[in-house]
Amino acid sequence: MDLSGKRVILHDMCLRDGMHAKRHQISIEQMVAVATALDESGVPLIEVTHGDGLGGASINYGFPANSDEEYLNAVIPHMKSARISALLLPGIGTVDHLRMARDCGVQTIRVATHCTEADVSEQHISLAASLGMDTVGFLMMAHMIEPDQVVEQAKLMESYGANCIYCTDSAGYMLPDDVTARIGALRDALDPATEIGFHGHHNLAMGIANSLAAIEAGASRIDGSVAGLGAGAGNTPLEVFVAVLDRMGVATGVDIFRLMDVAEDVVVPMMDQAIRIDRDSLVLGYAGVYSSFLLHAKRAAAKYGVPSHQILVELGARKTIGGQEDMIEDVALNLLKQRNNDAA
Amino acid sequence: MKINAALIGSGNIGTDLLYKALRSQWINPVWMVGIDPDSEGLARARDKGLKTTHAGVDGLLPHIEEDNIQIAFDATSAYVHADNAAKLGALGVLMIDLTPAAIGPFCVPVVNLKDHVGKEEMNVNMVTCGGQATIPMVAAVSRVQKVSYGEIIATVASKSAGPGTRKNIDEFTRTTAQGVEDVGGAEKGKAIIILNPAEPPLIMRDTVHCLTEDVPDEEAIRESVNAMIADVQKYVPGYRLVNGPVFDGHRVSMFLQVEGLGDYLPEFSGNLDIMTAAALRTAELFAEEIDNGTIKLRAAIA
Repeated sequence: MDLSGKRVILHDMCLRDGMHAKRHQISIEQMVAVATALDESGVPLIEVTHGDGLGGASINYGFPANSDEEYLNAVIPHMKSARISALLLPGIGTVDHLRMARDCGVQTIRVATHCTEADVSEQHISLAASLGMDTVGFLMMAHMIEPDQVVEQAKLMESYGANCIYCTDSAGYMLPDDVTARIGALRDALDPATEIGFHGHHNLAMGIANSLAAIEAGASRIDGSVAGLGAGAGNTPLEVFVAVLDRMGVATGVDIFRLMDVAEDVVVPMMDQAIRIDRDSLVLGYAGVYSSFLLHAKRAAAKYGVPSHQILVELGARKTIGGQEDMIEDVALNLLKQRNNDAA
Repeated sequence: MKINAALIGSGNIGTDLLYKALRSQWINPVWMVGIDPDSEGLARARDKGLKTTHAGVDGLLPHIEEDNIQIAFDATSAYVHADNAAKLGALGVLMIDLTPAAIGPFCVPVVNLKDHVGKEEMNVNMVTCGGQATIPMVAAVSRVQKVSYGEIIATVASKSAGPGTRKNIDEFTRTTAQGVEDVGGAEKGKAIIILNPAEPPLIMRDTVHCLTEDVPDEEAIRESVNAMIADVQKYVPGYRLVNGPVFDGHRVSMFLQVEGLGDYLPEFSGNLDIMTAAALRTAELFAEEIDNGTIKLRAAIA
């Protein structure tokens, strides 16, 4: 694979996707420390919000240590050259949250929908675009549909005003050929001025390989997180990815040694548990289940005494999608009932 | 005596409502209003003997008096509703609003229908489908003890979320959250909606979480929830508690499924069915009151 001479924008997820792995309990001090270190390493774009985006604070997804507004107001003044982005899932957050984020100084907004439901993003994308924000349409769980269907949905988001479209592997299910097919189809079909991005999860250890495939097929923005801090087995480990890109002659503007230090000295010590491909994360990737379900399933398993991987397999069989965290306890209760009936 | 009614909006909701209204003891659907001459909904209404117009509400206005239309259902959109409400209100027509416009006070029949009687209200709003499905559960807890926070997650099949809902999804979350507070009785409300495209389509699921101020009285809440389920089942037979109430510290959670009657819309669209059923139930109560003279309609002051 020859990618030399290409340039990509790297987008760090530690302080948003990483919130899932931290049960949304990252402190203000940690947020500032990580963001500052990433900024100093040359990472151009850093996402900061509740793991489920603006307005994600809830019983369903977890109440965060601080509000989105508090995090954004704390982090943004410290940034020298990095821009701060925020995620917004219509149905969870609203345009009120979007305006709040912009008032805090957020310049990039990523409006995320399930891959078949792009038309719920019109309100938010068109507002962000009209406010002159860097406006990204973020199609989640994109493994669940064919490349031409991804294109159809991406075109809707583009028509509302998105200047960048993401193909998002929320379950860490895709293999490199799946990425190539989807990103390639997007690149062929969208306006040449529309950027294309890829967001991976490392549940099948495909984060790096998939991100490379994405660049080769035409993506120019790639998500990752330092030390992989993210949902499931984490996001594409950013410091590893930068090392690979350096070797391949792809320009990122990121200082690899400084980024290694951020991973080793700042992010890893923050972790509540090792971010690795344990059995549950592997099930996510293997069965195509939303990565953020991981810790919720482990908690339900501990509470009701049913195996977490069994909960995840059932969630996959039910074709649940991002945001349906409420079904985790429901599934656990059903498994418990079933076991009690079997025993009776 | 039945009260004459008009159905505004000839889409899925309007058509489902028509099928239900045709069975009603209290409501006589006379007119259906659309904006598209080729609308299937209007054709279906004509087949059932209704008068129709494709000129919007303006096409209906000249007939209000001669056909003695006293109640109108609005199943259009939040943006059109304000205009419809003003024009029909001026002629003394009572408006049952199925859009998220929320001009009038919220009505969730099983919780606060009786509160609306005798107040000379000319416009009541049916909150949202998610609100109709979940607010009764919040109210079931809050009538036992104080609920400091109520949160609902409504998951509907993609196929049962129409373009209006999709274009204005923020109105859904805002209006539902407001209903969780105003009608459900939670001090603070939060609403989340998920559209799931799975095939075959999933039946509407709703999860309700309440945080009680004091330690929950498990027995009283269980009893209240079960009684409320039975009350909703009177107009939505497919309303079912799948799991719960679950008690976890101060959290009380109910996991519901809402299956529709399948009048016009498929059974999985419990979200739409509960809306049309609640709207009709509301209209029937008003019709009963109009008939026995408890309430007298009058033209709203413009």
